[in-house]
Amino acid sequence: MSERQFGDAVLSFDNVSISFGAVAALTGISFDIYEHEIVAIIGPNGAGKTTALNVINGVYQPTDGTITYKGEARTRMRPYQAAAQGIARTFQNVALFKGMNTLDNIMTGRNLKMKSNLFLQGLYWGPAQREEIEHRKAVEKIIDFLEIESVRKTVVGRLPFGLQKRVELGRALAAEPEILLLDEPMAGMNLEEKEDMCRFVLDVNDELGTTIVLIEHDMSVVMDISDRVIVLDYGRKISEGTPEVVRADQNVIDAYLGVTH
Amino acid sequence: MTDRNQSVADTFPKLLRERVRTGGDRPAMREKRYGIWQTWTWKDYEGVIRRFAHGLSDLGFKRGDKLTIIGDNRPRLYAAMASAQCLGGIPVPAYQDSVAGEIQYLVEHSEAHFIVAEDQEQVDKALEIREQCPFVQAIIYDNPRGLRDYDPELVLSFEALEERGRQLAERDPGFLDQAIDEGSGADTAVILYTSGTTGTPKGVVLSHENLLVTSRNAAEFDRITPDTNSLAYLPMAWVGDNIFSFSEAFVAGFCVNCPESGATVMQDMREIGPDFYFGPPRIFENLLTMVMIRMEDAGWIKRKLFHYFMGVARRAGGRILDHQSVSLWDRLLYGVGELLIFGPLKNTLGMSRIRVAYTAGEAIGPELFDFYRSLGINLKQLYGQTEAAVFVTMQLDGEVRSETVGTAFTDVELKIAENSEVLYRSPGVFQEYYKNPEATAETKTPDGWVKTGDAGYVDEEGHLRIIDRAKDVGKMNDGSMFAPKYIENKLKFYQYIKEAVTFGDQKDYASAFINIDLDAVSNWAERNNITYGGYQEIASHDKVRGLIEDCIAKVNEDLAADSHLRSSQIQRFIILHKELDADDGELTRTRKVRRRIIAEKYGTLIDALYSDQQHVEVESQVTFEDGSTGSLHADLKIYDLPGLKPMHESLAAAS
Repeated sequence: MSERQFGDAVLSFDNVSISFGAVAALTGISFDIYEHEIVAIIGPNGAGKTTALNVINGVYQPTDGTITYKGEARTRMRPYQAAAQGIARTFQNVALFKGMNTLDNIMTGRNLKMKSNLFLQGLYWGPAQREEIEHRKAVEKIIDFLEIESVRKTVVGRLPFGLQKRVELGRALAAEPEILLLDEPMAGMNLEEKEDMCRFVLDVNDELGTTIVLIEHDMSVVMDISDRVIVLDYGRKISEGTPEVVRADQNVIDAYLGVTH
Repeated sequence: MTDRNQSVADTFPKLLRERVRTGGDRPAMREKRYGIWQTWTWKDYEGVIRRFAHGLSDLGFKRGDKLTIIGDNRPRLYAAMASAQCLGGIPVPAYQDSVAGEIQYLVEHSEAHFIVAEDQEQVDKALEIREQCPFVQAIIYDNPRGLRDYDPELVLSFEALEERGRQLAERDPGFLDQAIDEGSGADTAVILYTSGTTGTPKGVVLSHENLLVTSRNAAEFDRITPDTNSLAYLPMAWVGDNIFSFSEAFVAGFCVNCPESGATVMQDMREIGPDFYFGPPRIFENLLTMVMIRMEDAGWIKRKLFHYFMGVARRAGGRILDHQSVSLWDRLLYGVGELLIFGPLKNTLGMSRIRVAYTAGEAIGPELFDFYRSLGINLKQLYGQTEAAVFVTMQLDGEVRSETVGTAFTDVELKIAENSEVLYRSPGVFQEYYKNPEATAETKTPDGWVKTGDAGYVDEEGHLRIIDRAKDVGKMNDGSMFAPKYIENKLKFYQYIKEAVTFGDQKDYASAFINIDLDAVSNWAERNNITYGGYQEIASHDKVRGLIEDCIAKVNEDLAADSHLRSSQIQRFIILHKELDADDGELTRTRKVRRRIIAEKYGTLIDALYSDQQHVEVESQVTFEDGSTGSLHADLKIYDLPGLKPMHESLAAAS
């Protein structure tokens, strides 16, 4: 992995803090994420990993510090604005439209890219029709990419969990994101499903050039696929670096195994 | 309709030119990509084949070179097959689920210097054997997914090779046509490795003429037109797919449809609605199971309707299909059933348009076979082998039976050897097993007859019936065939019989050892208030004897109806005092009877079956689960089947 080429910092946290009442979820966090890399955020339960993701895609506003995205310091932002700027994500507990089929679920990921209004879309006429066909093509490419042709028309609620996760990844990809945030993409999967998912994550990164930030508890997955690892504990960053560096870091070992103070 | 004038084209590449001349704009291949069926016309198909052939030649592929092809049914893989043939080369398709070791054997044995692999999975296998097969010059892939960082010197994309081909074609435009003209019908068209359940795989060499003549005959036999659609979903390395998705398509000019992936075959079949279909019994069985499960989950109205009309179908459907007389009322009911049940069901199965479907490979259960026929699907059986370029016998419309496999196919001569083995001779008979003259000599006689290894006979109507593997079949003293496995399977069909061993080879009459099925028999005993202490006691119980006797009597009835197996009716039997067991060496671990060992161990019992004794004492060794051994003593009764004259009497009368 060492010879892999990365671009400039696409997203930077500078001294970011967020607290909910008296609870400090993140305290003075700083890190950079570079173009085309795969970064894992790890840490024990309650370390603030999901909060960090939520800050990135605008669900939470930091109480302190600045976030720079593509060279511009970010002001207050709503999640849909983050999405429009090229940040897509998946969730720890799959958040799909369970009653809709795979195709339609992924199609919803294209929503921000659709220009025709609701009325024209409803009529399915003229430019709206042409647009729909374009979007369908893009969605079919994702279906092909993720190898979910066989469940194209299957209602998502009936799919096994591993496949639902893949559909969710598909929906995130449909937005053609620059940064993809994956919140525990392998949770609850068996070994085979995990291996498949790893391959897809690597393929997305490799073939589409998407930057990937993921939270994951399975350390073998983290060590295998990430270029860099950021370790959080009690809302603070305790380590950062390549998997080898992080693995050898005494702070990290203490955080995971516990230490007597 | 096949045009006899086509016989000028004696190789596939020459035939391809004909296809393009006579119907270049007709569809040749369809593949679902990005959710939409995309079509190649014969002209497109030829374009790909020619570019790829040029590209291969540019890589150094020469006349007589082999091209290994590994992957699912993809249009480009079929095109690669034809491309190699254009250059006088030989495609060697491999089963896509083979492990690297199996591919290595095939590549080494066939000396294939070039490999076409569908995707990363297959390319990885090809790279894995690189050390053992350093002569491999190029690996060409169809699907680029995940292959970006592979060594471009060795691993090339299909497009890249087509591009090289395009450039060569510009430099030397006449080259390929000359190469095609140099080919002749006697050239090898393909080497198909038989899966080899026994020993190493053998490469069956088939010439262009083998494939073309049989395909032309087959297309004529079923009146296959260019408007036909078929679904290519069976492994390309299997001779059936080679004939039905490649050879016959070239001959008849019809369209072959490739499913999106293995998992979508059902869906794709429904969308395409093929009118020509081929599948092993296993596939028909899976479909039926799926239908039955879904019906169980359906509402009660649907379920009632289904079962009622399936009853009508069983009564009338097969007869209607065979143009036999059916009462007006049944005909009417069947019409209603077609509207309500059969039509929608066939649509769900993707079988609405099927004009002719074949099943082969192994025996199909009569219930299964009749189910599809009663729905009005013209499912027929054929008997074939890789060595025959598939066709040995086929069933004519209107002469379809479930127990026989039809009459000799066009230009096929059939004969039954002294030992009941089926032999055939036809224009489709393979040239040889590649680099294996011993096996060739064993299978193919100097005057061109091929031994199938199957035992069977031709019935009064000229239909071939396959009974058993020839090596298991013996002969009774009156000269008739004795097929132990066939009879044993019939016996074991009854729930009370767990295992059966029959004797009759070189004997005057047939007899059997029976093992009761303890679960089924004890359940029956409970219901009939029979008490017993253990296996031995229940096995020797007089009422159990009656139970088993009924089963044997029914088997005998079937055998009696069969003129060739009439002498195999079981006349005497013994119910064994212990279960035949793999631990005692009596069965293999896969529960196959080890005849030789049983004959040694229970010699006294067999002798007793062929004497006038009414009971016999036996002492047998048993191995307990902890590995220790003990001996079991029993006094076994020998039973004569009532109705049949007790054998020892007739023996006495004879002497």
